[in-house]
Amino acid sequence: MSGLMQEMAEKAMALGIPLAVQLDLTYRCNERCVHCYLDHDDHGEMTTAEIKHLLDEMANAGVFILTLSGGEIFVRKDFFEILEYARHLSFCVKLKTNAVLIREAEARRIRDLGVESVQISIYSHRPEVHDAITLVPGSFRRSVQAVRLLKSQGLKVILANVLMEQNLEDYPGVRALGAELGAETTLDPTVTPMMDGNRSTVSLGVDANGLRQVFRDSVLVGDVNEFCAIAPPAGADELEATPCSAGHTACYVSPYGDVFPCVQFPLPTGNVRRQRFIDIWRHSDAMQEVRSIRVKDLQTCTQCTHVASCTRCPGLAYMEGNMRGPSSQDCEKSFARTGLPSANMLAKKRSAPNLVQIRALPVLSSATA
Amino acid sequence: MSKLYLARNPRVAARSLDGEMMIMSGRDSTLFTLNKTATILWQAADGATPLDEIVQKKICVEFDVEPTIALQDAETLARDLASHEILQVSEQPIIPPNTSPGDAR
Repeated sequence: MSGLMQEMAEKAMALGIPLAVQLDLTYRCNERCVHCYLDHDDHGEMTTAEIKHLLDEMANAGVFILTLSGGEIFVRKDFFEILEYARHLSFCVKLKTNAVLIREAEARRIRDLGVESVQISIYSHRPEVHDAITLVPGSFRRSVQAVRLLKSQGLKVILANVLMEQNLEDYPGVRALGAELGAETTLDPTVTPMMDGNRSTVSLGVDANGLRQVFRDSVLVGDVNEFCAIAPPAGADELEATPCSAGHTACYVSPYGDVFPCVQFPLPTGNVRRQRFIDIWRHSDAMQEVRSIRVKDLQTCTQCTHVASCTRCPGLAYMEGNMRGPSSQDCEKSFARTGLPSANMLAKKRSAPNLVQIRALPVLSSATA
Repeated sequence: MSKLYLARNPRVAARSLDGEMMIMSGRDSTLFTLNKTATILWQAADGATPLDEIVQKKICVEFDVEPTIALQDAETLARDLASHEILQVSEQPIIPPNTSPGDAR
């Protein structure tokens, strides 16, 4: 985040303004990624008129950065009508897409409408690996073709590379592909549980060895010793800090109008079909509760060596059952980075039930007296 | 002196944060914040109102400044904003395209 953006974020936080919102336009998708946290049915998406009304409300609330995501945004027939309306309201619009449906006309239209950036999911530089994750043959070729079309329009393109066991070895290839295409790349080693709480997708994520490998790649992290160093104990300022921007300057709206603190934080706070966006943002009890939490309130984490440097996600913690608790996936990352187990990991180890030693049964004597 | 007309660049994003205008460049995603005078110019830049009228009706009302000097300063500022592709400056009225940002709140 640039210095000026940081300054604006701090100002927005002080004023209670939702500076950034992710709006998922649909959960429908033309790919079936193995790690996806969504179902792909339409349970009653907001109509075009409802979304335009919401955009009006969000502009009035001060939302500046609007990320349109899904599902796959281009499966909505009214996508460009929504995008045009959003730009008419002067939002800084970012798109997240698999780009499979972007052809030259769409790329030109995106450029003409002044979209800030387009983030495209690319899982590998090898078509067979990418397509095995999306479960759509030919998807790699079409996504990469779209990147070229968008770049030819002068647009900023970001390749988003979610890292799993299945594609762990391919991230250098994705970075090289990004460089060749003139696109930025981001790497995300977190596979989240599904929004309904089903954690089956998490097992697809990178294991401890994989995380260690990633965290010791100087191309990614810079100075490895510095990155993997154990942070000094948290000071008073760090303990008074808020865990992240969720609910403070950012939130998420689902295709059905449900408002959550973040896309990774499925705590219901209200629905824009029944309430005004600004009323949910300002007055929802759930949003207020999220907003009240400081690092010092995190029972287990404040006892942890890593509290000052951990990437703890409050949403993942919530999905584990306690928004003030630890997020085990982030504990594992801190452990992989530094070699020191987190307080949460140590507590779990202590509370693990003692193993019952199985004794050999006495040999029964067949002899009888 | 010929008249100057200002219009907002349709490729930028803009929002007022507690009276301070944030502008995201459409060219390279650079974030700008506008001072009070620049914010007045931005808000009045409809492509149809000449700069001297903006200065007379908006800037001179807001600030205690001599109109000729205010106009010179406003023109310098407008050209600076144009160099960052935040505003468009022309000696002819500027007709906004259909997709222009119309409502930077």
